[in-house]
Amino acid sequence: MASLLELDHVSHAFGGLRALHELDLNVAEHEIVSVIGPNGAGKTTLFNVITGIYKPGGDIRFDGKSIVGRPPHRITQMGIARTFQSLRLFLNMTVKENVKAATYGGTHATPLESMLRLPRARREEREVEERANDVLGFFGQRLQGYRHDQPAYSLSYANRRRLEIARAMATGARLLLLDEPAAGMNPNETHEITELIGRLRTERGYTILVIEHDMHVVEGISDRVVALDHGEKLTEGTFHEVANHPEVIEAYLGRNPEALQK
Amino acid sequence: MAPIGVDEWVARSGDRREESRWRALLTRVDERVGWWPRLGILALVGFIYGHLGLNVNEQDVAFNAVLYAILALGLNIVVGWAGLLDLGYIAFFGLGAYGYALFSSHAFGSLVLDTGGVHLPAVATIPIVLVAAGIVGVAVGLVALRLSGDYLAIVTLFLGQAFAEVVNNVDPSVLGGSNGLFALDRFHSFGGQITSTLGYYYVAVIVLIVLMAALHMLDRSRTGRAWRAVRDDPLAAQVMTIPVNAVKVMAFSFGAIVAALAGTIFAAQQDSVFATNFSANVLILIYACLVLGGAGGIAGAVLGGIVVTVAQDLLTSPLDSAYLFYGLILIVLFARVRPWRYLAAVIPAIVGLGFAAHAIVGAISHTAVAGSPGSVGWIGSALRHYVIVPANSLTYGNILYVVMIVALIAVVQLKGVRRLIAVVPTVYIAICCWEARLTVDPGITAQIMIGAILIVIMGARPQGLLGTRRVEIV
Repeated sequence: MASLLELDHVSHAFGGLRALHELDLNVAEHEIVSVIGPNGAGKTTLFNVITGIYKPGGDIRFDGKSIVGRPPHRITQMGIARTFQSLRLFLNMTVKENVKAATYGGTHATPLESMLRLPRARREEREVEERANDVLGFFGQRLQGYRHDQPAYSLSYANRRRLEIARAMATGARLLLLDEPAAGMNPNETHEITELIGRLRTERGYTILVIEHDMHVVEGISDRVVALDHGEKLTEGTFHEVANHPEVIEAYLGRNPEALQK
Repeated sequence: MAPIGVDEWVARSGDRREESRWRALLTRVDERVGWWPRLGILALVGFIYGHLGLNVNEQDVAFNAVLYAILALGLNIVVGWAGLLDLGYIAFFGLGAYGYALFSSHAFGSLVLDTGGVHLPAVATIPIVLVAAGIVGVAVGLVALRLSGDYLAIVTLFLGQAFAEVVNNVDPSVLGGSNGLFALDRFHSFGGQITSTLGYYYVAVIVLIVLMAALHMLDRSRTGRAWRAVRDDPLAAQVMTIPVNAVKVMAFSFGAIVAALAGTIFAAQQDSVFATNFSANVLILIYACLVLGGAGGIAGAVLGGIVVTVAQDLLTSPLDSAYLFYGLILIVLFARVRPWRYLAAVIPAIVGLGFAAHAIVGAISHTAVAGSPGSVGWIGSALRHYVIVPANSLTYGNILYVVMIVALIAVVQLKGVRRLIAVVPTVYIAICCWEARLTVDPGITAQIMIGAILIVIMGARPQGLLGTRRVEIV
């Protein structure tokens, strides 16, 4: 299977702290890969180096082209969009504007064209409107109707997470990086988000790399699971292989005291 | 239609609120009338107002009101939309004015080379000046990219002040130094020229309306969304395909162009330019317009520009400024003192305290109440036996001013009934201070009053008159 995203010996350090070390990772087209690991394992740093917020050592290729050193907005435009663990919506803009803002890179009307409503500006604005409706429609009733014109700050926590995903979809990306999409959600919403991630692939054809702590979600969605600790890959494989891997258990729970005595 | 869930019920809570009839009517009108008809109404009002036979002063105020509305619109691009605290904005206003002065007058090189200056028509000068301002805006924007928040504010403030300093201190044969440049050409093109203030008022109105339309379009386009996205969260904007740096520089540049446009109109109307026209005072006034009206909105910026200019003019007339002062006191009392029975106690107490104090002081020393109130007209005569104004009121007024500030601080610190009691003498002291000292110095009083108006707005409507409430990201 062709790899959409390839990480080749990727390293990144904050001063003396090695957040990522010689990490290799491949994500194939239409695959859902989960990244797990204890706090501080380097998961979010991994997302930050892929999206260009940090410049790492090693090489990252997307669709065969190296993306290391490119500015974040270019990387997103090539087809990698992300959500944020800490929710970074444009809070004072409406729900629909949040989604529309993410189409900036895909549109080209100059300010003058926009002021005068010249043909290209009008056509693009129509397309943006359609795309926004389409993307928000993917979430069913949750982000529909009167919600379109509500400011993002008035949304509930779960709806903010949905809007983050909608915004990432609107960039026109092929690969979505979801940073803890189920964090802070109740069991019902967690179940819903699990289904949603599945639908993102089956209905929209996205490739997905997801960081998640909730093991039910990870089990429910992943083709493959990658376990990180101290910036290095412990192991990868199916959920059950990884979940029963002794090093993974050790990373999460600490060393078995009986094993130490032997 | 899907069944109504809890969310929907919450969203419709506004519909269930009982409203008074006139307010309900206002809401309905507000919903029915779109943005473009409103702009049309504004344009119509602007033109009709010019035909009302205004006297010279009224023409000046009308022109300035529209000019400040334009300036506030430009500042709104940088501060309200892109969220960049640019304190160097005033320099672009000056750049536009001096640019016009150089290209459309005798001034350019005339004192050195005796060339007779460059007398380009306005249709040529203005585009040149706007392009130059746009380029300088890009340059300043590129510097500003490295800075954010407070640092951006401080550095741009220096840049803005540097403009006035440079203009003042370069060889007077180039930019006129502190004598300014004068006897500029009026707007002239195709054989005609505009000389009257009223003429420039109409020019400014047309520019304002066109600018509002253009900015409205821009606000709803990809550029407007990008600016607001950068304001709300630059990091998120960056990974949502928005080139943050380019978008910020563009905002600087657009703000600069609008300010420069206002500068050219200003220079042509005033027929001269001086470095002091572009001092920090003017900058603060433009910020006051934007804050008062509501940053982030076109209508707010325009309303703020008009309100601040008109208020400033009212404050230079003793009677009008008295109306503003006493009106403000009454509004604050009515808005803040609750329940009503407290209000019913406080107002008679303020009135009674004054007459009692006047009677007692008058009985002790006749000279202590020999002065007359500063206010003229019926307010002055009504307060004749109310305020204590000695014959020589200057020193007394200065001391009273300090006492008033101490009393105000005390009122702010106290709580509950004590505050209510403290309000009574404080208001009386403020009235005495106003009558004895503040009306005598309209220049300073105007600034104090605009400050007071802004404080009242902050309490009543922190988002500004027409602004929408905004949340800040933690």
